[in-house]
Amino acid sequence: MTDAETLFRLAGLNAAYAAAIDSDRLEDWPSFFLDDAVYRVTTADNHARGLAAGVIFAEGQGMLRDRVAALRGANIYERQRYRHVIGMPVVTGTRDGLVAAETAFVVVRTMRDGRMDLFAAGAYHDRVSLDGPARLAERVVVCDSQRFDTLLALPL
Amino acid sequence: MDQSFIPADARAWADGLTRVPYWVYRDPGVARTEQARVFEGPTWNYLCLEADIPATGDFRTGFIGAMPVVVARTEDGGLAAFENRCAHRGALICLDDCGNVKDFHCVYHAWRYDLRGNLTSIAFRRGVNGQGGMPPDFRMEDHRPRAIRLTTLCGLVFGTLSDDAPPIEDYIGPEIAARVRRVLKGKVEVLGRFTQPLPNNWKLYMENVRDTYHASLLHLFFTTFRITRLSQGGGVLVSANGVAHASATRGQPPQHDTAYDGIRSDDAGFHLADPTFMNARNEFGDDIQLQILTIFPGFVLQQINNCLAIRQCLPTGVDTMDLHWTYIGFADDPPDLRAMRLRQANLVGPAGYVSLEDGAVGGFVQRGIAAADERESVVEMGGHEADSQDTRATEASVRGFWKAWRAHMGL
Repeated sequence: MTDAETLFRLAGLNAAYAAAIDSDRLEDWPSFFLDDAVYRVTTADNHARGLAAGVIFAEGQGMLRDRVAALRGANIYERQRYRHVIGMPVVTGTRDGLVAAETAFVVVRTMRDGRMDLFAAGAYHDRVSLDGPARLAERVVVCDSQRFDTLLALPL
Repeated sequence: MDQSFIPADARAWADGLTRVPYWVYRDPGVARTEQARVFEGPTWNYLCLEADIPATGDFRTGFIGAMPVVVARTEDGGLAAFENRCAHRGALICLDDCGNVKDFHCVYHAWRYDLRGNLTSIAFRRGVNGQGGMPPDFRMEDHRPRAIRLTTLCGLVFGTLSDDAPPIEDYIGPEIAARVRRVLKGKVEVLGRFTQPLPNNWKLYMENVRDTYHASLLHLFFTTFRITRLSQGGGVLVSANGVAHASATRGQPPQHDTAYDGIRSDDAGFHLADPTFMNARNEFGDDIQLQILTIFPGFVLQQINNCLAIRQCLPTGVDTMDLHWTYIGFADDPPDLRAMRLRQANLVGPAGYVSLEDGAVGGFVQRGIAAADERESVVEMGGHEADSQDTRATEASVRGFWKAWRAHMGL
């Protein structure tokens, strides 16, 4: 696979991932991950200090599906939507057949009353399988700010 | 806008704890008085963990209400704290969250302070080439940021501006002190920190934390997976002065429980695909699965199974606040227990299956009361007193908050 093909596939994965969340197809979100994938949302400060706790910490597709099920059927939060804007991936290496990449993102949140906020900015720290359909083995969402306004309902 | 808009006659507030007028959450004058009488009054305000500043020169910055403060480890191994405000022109002395220094200096005009906040030098004090400088009678020892008296409890560092704050164990009472010791039984280690800005007055959050009545009604996650239901055993302890509370959920729920039939939050159709994150260990040697503990004004110690956290509630305006989360474990955690803490943390914080609703509900009240300054809320579940009760179907500990608040505010 050429470098250009690798980049193209990573960018395509990110675009499809963002489109699923932003168009309220949350049920599709777990399918971007391998069965035993890790998904974690943390902050740049915790990440730099090696502190392990996450705002969200999921191991495996089952926990990702539970997140969606809770958002659909259990949790109470006001109607809102995200708009992800995702940068070009930077490939940082290849190990154990997985491509490591870091990709900047910005998420604007729009609440039911129309209020828009710059909700989150940061970088995805990914390990991606390109053996077959592109799938995330790990996505650590490293948010630049330690502040999460009111609540983080939808996944980043 | 920075004036009280509450007419004087609306301040009439009958004695008792079962009604709370809505202007207490909206009045800028109340917020200013709170800074003086509550946060800077004879209360103990959580500042940091001893584990945050283990070595000489380690410091951590924080707040007592609106007041910025610095806590430092001194040369003799003790702790000292002072207002983070230069005695010269009022600039912040310390600009970072934490670090290690030999001493502090203000970046504005390079006035220097030791680790206790004593002023030690003034740049160009004698002037330059015999001109300028401070007058000869200027005494450095008369100028320093306000000193903060500290106390510790199980590795928690609390500060007060008042000489009248009683010893911390008297302040929170022996029963609650025992409940702090129950959780903080080892050497604390920080696992992560997050901040959750909330769109409501700080008191609405502290009421929510003390409100044992809402927990299994608002939060479907708790009830469906039987982490806590009001029909489980448990109860609430409230200190005699209302300052501190600890609620507990005990033991296993009954097999066939009909107490929630017909209530929205009991959805029997909701199941986890992967329930491993709920795996828990009885690490405290008793039957308390869940304990939420508060110390007035803004400290929370949380034990939800093995998920331990400190939450600090700080006002940032009349209708805004910051909730600072510090997730903790113990230095000698076995790896599997540490992993349980990290997985169970999905319940709490800004994205917590439970806590995300607590983050939002204060804002629902703040917006709901926008035109209700002459009205009041009802806090009458479980009677009229702020007493300890063997049930969680009560608002006794919320009344405890108001007992402490009214006493400090003189309202």
